[in-house]
Amino acid sequence: MREMREMRIGFSHSSHSSHSSRSSHSSHSSPKVKDQYWDTILSPKRPFFQLKLGEVWNSRDLLWLFTKRDIAQLYKQTILGPLWFFIQPLLTTIVFAIVFGGIADMSTDGLPPMLFYLAGQIFWVYFAEVLNKTSTTFRDNQSIFGKVYFARLIAPLSIVLNSFIKFGIQFTLFLLIYFYYILIKGLPVEVHWQIVLLPILVVLTGLMALGLGLIITSMTTKYRDLTFLVTFGVQLLMFLTPSVIYPLSEVAEEYRFLAGMNPLTAVIETFKYSFLGEATFSWFYFGSSVVISLILFLTGVLVFNKTEKNFMDVI
Amino acid sequence: MSKPVIKVENLSKQYRLGGYGSGTLTDDLKRWWANMRGKDDPFLIIGESNDRSIASESQYVWSLRDINFEVEPGEVVGLIGKNGAGKSTLLKVLSKVTGPTLGTAYLKGRVGSMLEVGTGFHPELTGRENIFLNGTILGMRKKEVAKKMDDIVEFAGVARYLETPVKRYSSGMTVRLAFAVAAHLEPEILLVDEVLAVGDAEFQKKCLGKMGEVSKEGRTILFVSHNLGSMRRLCSRGILLQNGEMAYVGNIDTALEKYLNSGGGADEGEGNNKVVFELKDQAAQLLEISIDNTEGEGKSTYYYSEKIYLTIKYLVRQDTRNIGIRISLARNGEILFLSQDTDTHEDHLGKKPAGEYTVRVALPEFLKSGLYTISVFLMEVGKPKEEKIDILKFVLDDSDTDTSTKSFASDKPGILRPNLVWEYLEFPVHV
Repeated sequence: MREMREMRIGFSHSSHSSHSSRSSHSSHSSPKVKDQYWDTILSPKRPFFQLKLGEVWNSRDLLWLFTKRDIAQLYKQTILGPLWFFIQPLLTTIVFAIVFGGIADMSTDGLPPMLFYLAGQIFWVYFAEVLNKTSTTFRDNQSIFGKVYFARLIAPLSIVLNSFIKFGIQFTLFLLIYFYYILIKGLPVEVHWQIVLLPILVVLTGLMALGLGLIITSMTTKYRDLTFLVTFGVQLLMFLTPSVIYPLSEVAEEYRFLAGMNPLTAVIETFKYSFLGEATFSWFYFGSSVVISLILFLTGVLVFNKTEKNFMDVI
Repeated sequence: MSKPVIKVENLSKQYRLGGYGSGTLTDDLKRWWANMRGKDDPFLIIGESNDRSIASESQYVWSLRDINFEVEPGEVVGLIGKNGAGKSTLLKVLSKVTGPTLGTAYLKGRVGSMLEVGTGFHPELTGRENIFLNGTILGMRKKEVAKKMDDIVEFAGVARYLETPVKRYSSGMTVRLAFAVAAHLEPEILLVDEVLAVGDAEFQKKCLGKMGEVSKEGRTILFVSHNLGSMRRLCSRGILLQNGEMAYVGNIDTALEKYLNSGGGADEGEGNNKVVFELKDQAAQLLEISIDNTEGEGKSTYYYSEKIYLTIKYLVRQDTRNIGIRISLARNGEILFLSQDTDTHEDHLGKKPAGEYTVRVALPEFLKSGLYTISVFLMEVGKPKEEKIDILKFVLDDSDTDTSTKSFASDKPGILRPNLVWEYLEFPVHV
């Protein structure tokens, strides 16, 4: 209800002589004023649908600096440094291989457990990290958000970018082990053309995690109850997401449709199908994953932008 | 008259006091229900004006209420008011940190804000990296920062530490660096909260100078400071806020005058040139403290040409000994000196019969322009029996004197204006 409408706050440093070109959209909230003249209008009313992606684009330098800052911070005062990005998924994979593959003897779609679990892990870690970190955006940034305005979306986006870089490193690890199995162990692998979808898969994972995270952070500025759910909910979610620990094909027939609609499952299954040749790929699941991710992302951004206006008053 | 660059219409901001608990949810549901039926927010009508010193039932207060003003390009406007008057809230709304509850603000051009020094500074990063980070947070593009890097470093005077993490900086250095970045932001509208309080006098001067330059370049500054002297020097207009409402907009001198007359921060006393105390049941007490000039005019602003007298009345109920008066005079919050009646007459410490006493002292003539506060103490055997801290306030103004060629001009360093007599003992004469 308290929102403000804005047209443009000058984050780009284009010459200020071209004011006439900075026109407003819609004028229903302030019909009496010459909208062409003002660059910024702050009022409690504002159109509902406002993504403000232009503003984000104008502050892309900041996005990069934030990302760089966070990466630099991560390396500080560790001996192994970036090696941790390797060790973490590797250990998890080995433990999974022992516990789920060995002791519980769960199916891996006939794939070597190492490859099966690692493929699931790198996507899961990427997803979980983006979700966990973006879901506390407002709380983590309240001191800086309270003192200066910049495109607020930059903060969560830098988390996505950061996690994406880590994903890149872990994907390299996957490729190393992948080629080890093919070249040295002589594993016969049927690669599918859907391998070209990889960039889309990565973007989708980022979008759905970011969308969820933005929704959660917006809902927890005033009432923090939901944060309790998020902390352990994400852990539980791993077990509820087929393809991370067990393949979709193992899910009982009557639940398989429901499980396949999990947007992350579709992503990992597609990845495994294209790289390893064994998994459930369906255009239907893939398509719905795209749709769900986009809906989550758009909802997240809208809710986030709406909350951002006044969150300082309630956090 | 040129077109305004800031226009504020009926701007209001409501806050809810207290913590958030289950009661909040009830209010939120009521609000939501009213919203669904197309009614107004039920809590917008119950808010009270924001006087922090009065306890009240209502949890909703108006931190800003019906603020209206316009600012033209190149103007420097000072926001004046006591703590909690809404100055910072107004800057926060204008800088988009938080939204208004009602009303609208229109801004033209790029807005830069400095609500806090060094927002977003990261201790692990070096000075150079922080300049980039801080600059982009404030709205600059990276290549702009790179272009201004040399200027910024020179302004801050931290060249030697440029490649050192900011966590190794002294707090003063951090402030210098942060202000240097902000000062080079070059927005069309600059919003500055009380940030200059940190940093040494020399640097403060430099910053104020920089802000003066900025306004000469046609950019607009909205400025909060408790340093009334710098406000008077920098600003052309003032906006006086009282409990979230606009008390005055216009000429800076009038605004400051009204501010000081309204009590200007002194927590006790009705006027700032005279305070009368209630009678209490104690052996000795202060009755009245006042300042005036030679003509007996009690004012809040005095000029160099005037002599300022402080008069103190006190009451002694029974014959007593060892009672005396001590004062301290502070300029812009900094104590200049203490003085007491027994400095002149040691025998005043002797026996004092019951009755009313009046003592008068002329303030020294070496005072330099600024905001002065006087504290008065009723002393008993060398210990303060009654303390009236910052009980009187006045401004000493130099505008009746041309100080531009003098060493004690208000923009030069130094806190005193001693009329030193220079005598040449040798002065060669050319023929």
